[in-house]
Amino acid sequence: MAMLLVTLLLNAAAIYTIVTIPPLSTVAPSAGGRNGKQATSEEEEEDEAQRKRSHKKKAKVQDSEEEDEEEEDEAQRKRAHKKKAKVQDSEEEDEEEEKSVKRKGPKAAGRNKKAVKQVSEEESEEEERGKKRKGRKSTSKNQKEGQNKEKKSDAKGKSDAKGKGVKDKGNEKDKKKKNAKYSSSSSSGESGDEDSLSEGEIAAQKEEVEEKKKLIATLRNKPWRMKRRLKLLKECQAFVEKFEGALGKGKGRKLYAYKVIMAKVMMGLPYGSIPRKTVPRAQQAKAMDYSVLLDFGGYCKYSVLFYGYYNDERTIGLLQFRLPLSYLLVGVGIFGYSLMVVIRTMARNSDEGGDGGDDGQFTFTFKMFTSWDYLIGNPETADNKYASITTSFKESIVDEQENQKDENIHLRRFLRVLANLFILCSLGGSGFLIYFVVKRSQDFAKLDQNTLSWYEKNEVEVVMSLLGLVCPPLFETIAELEEYHPRIALKWQLGRIFALFLGNLYTFLFALFDDVNEKLEQEKYIKNATIWGLKEYYANYSTFHNTTDIPPPDIPPADVIRGPCWETDVGIEFVKLTVSDIQVTYLTILIGDFVRAVIVRFLNYCWCWDLEAGFPSYGEFDISGNVLGLIFNQGMIWMGAFYAPGLVGLNVLRLLSSMYYQCWAVMSCNVPHERVFKASKSNNFYMGLLLLVLFLSLLPVVYTIMTLPPSSDCGPFSGRAQMYDVVMETIEKDLPAFIGNIFTYATNPGLIIPAVLLMVLAIYYLNATSKNYQNANLELKRKMQMARDEEKNRRNNKESTNQVMHDLVGLLPNRSLIPPPAEEAPPPDNMSEKGSKFPKVAKRPGAADNVKGVNLQKDVSLAAPNSRGAVTRPPGPRGPPGNARGPPPGPGRGRGRGAPRPKC
Amino acid sequence: GFNSTFCTSDILQVQLSFPPPRLFDRYRDLAPQLVPLDYTDQPDVRLPYELIGSMPELKDNPFRQRIAEVFSEDGEGNMTLDDFLDMFSVLSEMAPRDLKAYYAFKIYDFNNDDFLCKSDLEKTLNKLTRNELTEDEVRMVCEKVIDEADLDNDGRLSLEDFQHMIVRAPDFLSTFHIRI
Repeated sequence: MAMLLVTLLLNAAAIYTIVTIPPLSTVAPSAGGRNGKQATSEEEEEDEAQRKRSHKKKAKVQDSEEEDEEEEDEAQRKRAHKKKAKVQDSEEEDEEEEKSVKRKGPKAAGRNKKAVKQVSEEESEEEERGKKRKGRKSTSKNQKEGQNKEKKSDAKGKSDAKGKGVKDKGNEKDKKKKNAKYSSSSSSGESGDEDSLSEGEIAAQKEEVEEKKKLIATLRNKPWRMKRRLKLLKECQAFVEKFEGALGKGKGRKLYAYKVIMAKVMMGLPYGSIPRKTVPRAQQAKAMDYSVLLDFGGYCKYSVLFYGYYNDERTIGLLQFRLPLSYLLVGVGIFGYSLMVVIRTMARNSDEGGDGGDDGQFTFTFKMFTSWDYLIGNPETADNKYASITTSFKESIVDEQENQKDENIHLRRFLRVLANLFILCSLGGSGFLIYFVVKRSQDFAKLDQNTLSWYEKNEVEVVMSLLGLVCPPLFETIAELEEYHPRIALKWQLGRIFALFLGNLYTFLFALFDDVNEKLEQEKYIKNATIWGLKEYYANYSTFHNTTDIPPPDIPPADVIRGPCWETDVGIEFVKLTVSDIQVTYLTILIGDFVRAVIVRFLNYCWCWDLEAGFPSYGEFDISGNVLGLIFNQGMIWMGAFYAPGLVGLNVLRLLSSMYYQCWAVMSCNVPHERVFKASKSNNFYMGLLLLVLFLSLLPVVYTIMTLPPSSDCGPFSGRAQMYDVVMETIEKDLPAFIGNIFTYATNPGLIIPAVLLMVLAIYYLNATSKNYQNANLELKRKMQMARDEEKNRRNNKESTNQVMHDLVGLLPNRSLIPPPAEEAPPPDNMSEKGSKFPKVAKRPGAADNVKGVNLQKDVSLAAPNSRGAVTRPPGPRGPPGNARGPPPGPGRGRGRGAPRPKC
Repeated sequence: GFNSTFCTSDILQVQLSFPPPRLFDRYRDLAPQLVPLDYTDQPDVRLPYELIGSMPELKDNPFRQRIAEVFSEDGEGNMTLDDFLDMFSVLSEMAPRDLKAYYAFKIYDFNNDDFLCKSDLEKTLNKLTRNELTEDEVRMVCEKVIDEADLDNDGRLSLEDFQHMIVRAPDFLSTFHIRI
């Protein structure tokens, strides 16, 4: 496998270099067109000379007259270039980027020869125009109007005010012609000076091409009219194509990465070659029976589906495929990969979702602006959406109104505790039931299979599925007691169902472990017996034939005595569980949704009450329950995949079929959920559940890999003391010695413990930092809220305050004789007000939740002091009028509150 | 070789390859007798709002008229091919959030005054709920919205307020797009 990986990597590297290098290397010789921009004049002369030479060569082939003309043109242009040098460059860029900003008049060329100053002026003008354009983004205004305006301003800027209105079009055409000449001649000249461009020019060229490309890429993001965008796009594309084509990237496109054909890796020997791949003789008669196959016995048990089938041969085939090693690495790698994916998704979600503090901040706003789904293109869906939006608005309104109310909190607490007690009881009960059933099934397994009924054989699966069916509605009924907000109630409900599932699964696992231990004992016994038998055989053989060269016993693979192979049994249990889960899901949909819908629909014609609107009605599509089912199913796959590799394929089939099946069910016999359920909001909730499931399903698997000895006669790890010995073996035998050394050092506890310590400390540090940031964030948010409230309040009170202040100011001059010390009196008063006000604000962490409440409080706390201050404060102590009009004295007064005073 | 005069076939090609060519077909299918197949000489064709608004993608949208008005050059919902392309490129999945937010703002700004004032909000809400809320409820919701999203306290939502709010909306990107 390692070799395969290496070859793959090499191939990839080769492809990469082939694809990427050509453009880079072919960039140098080409890059024509914008000749003489950054180059010095000497270089240009050289260019010119070379071009002439090459042109002469060309002339033999081409029409010489035309060539001459072009050359002249070229030369003229060159001269102009020398004069202008940089100016032209920037100008051209402007031209190309802002082409919709109209072209300069026919005199543009002439003007260009003028001083740099004027050009730069014009540039700034253009910029201004650009700004203007950006400034008025109104949609109703159309392009023509805008252009006219621009032209006007342009004309104003010119010294010779001409060329607007009617002439504009002509101007544009002229310009275009000029452009045409320019570029056609330059393109013909291009081939000549290809080789002689300096590095700087090439760099500039590349930069520009990159710039254009960037523009093309970001063109979508510009809030422009399509017309303008298209124009720009055309130009940029043409530019890029022109130069890039010359740069050779066009050719690079034709280079396809060739396909890497993976060698067909053999899965080892075929069925029937060795004992572990053969059905034992005693079972062969029934190995193809339907009932046996349904229980995953017979041929199923000895197939690729299960752990036991795989051989322990170290390498297979020409490619030296290390099956045991890859089995272990894949089995463990799946967990690593899944963990990574889940955590990355969670991190991204939490990144996108912003911090949780915003959740309550925009309840109504989000509802108003983002609740309509523009994808809706079906009247029925639209009706539903209208209804659900209305409901959600009403819900929020009621919530808002209820926020102020508070009821009997003791009764509610009591009810909640009671409900949780009930649920704990039922959880415990279901756990016990499963343990009991699993134990019983182990007893049954020891009996003769033929005497058992179907129920006795499948008791565990039936009971688990029944519990999964019965408990969730039970929980929902109990949850009615709690009177939570629907959203919170939903989370509780999901959490409880989850606990039920997990509890059941773990009970099942523990019971399974008992079974495994029993089988291990049994296996030891059989192994000993086999070894003893072999010894006997060798002893007998040597005494009978009198040789030491003993051939191995010739027993057909079907007759070899073998151990119970506990891994395969565990795998079978998981596969059975998955299959029964599939069956139950499908049956539930068929009966609970389809049959119900049929009955409701057709019996409605002859029934005493309205079935559709009344009691049974149609089934709701239970999104949360289904998602939970998926998560749980995934957990089973994670747990079972190591011992039953075929489970993954089975699950893929199941998911595919259930997608179409459920899709059909939803479309034909379900009604949408009554309560609007926002999936995106609880995204991380589900991902969290998934992570938990992943972790919990990882535990037993890793535990068995690390501690239980593998069966001696089946599976890829047979004959080894531990499964992970394969890794050690590979390191010892296949890798150079120093890697083995490194590995030994790396696994030394002396290294691991500091590493773990370091990681823990890093986590601690990062955690602390993030907490700090969070606090700072909260603080800032609070400040913002406060500032907002204050400002709002000030605005609200302005009228009255103004009036009062007016009166006060009016009074002031008369009292200017009062000594200043008294002036200091009001600030402490203010301070105390402030002091009393701030804690009030800070005390409420849920400021965002009930903004209404906040405002009310604020209104009271702010309005009162203001009016009180105005009435009770003696007008005298204000001091001289000049002082009163100045800025608020000292930092003691709050910004928000001090502000109105100077205003009046 | 590079031809500097942008010949009209180039334009056509660009127009048809920028968004997938299907869009042109969709546009043309609305009125095959009006829209020529050949756009080389850039005919000035406008489809009336009645045709645009009857597209299956738009006909159930409560804001279809606004959408058409915002994206049409004449502001009345009559669309040229360019406007049409414009509309679906902004409403496509690929359009960036800022651009979408900008046009969403325009769509909800019923009176084109570059601010979402109370009357705009009321109209939006009534369209969303099909006038099923009472007047009090509408007023309250509008007040709440302004209360929540108005950062500069001018009693109406500016584009900045709107953008500030919309970047925090979890569903905006997923709901504000039309698949065609």
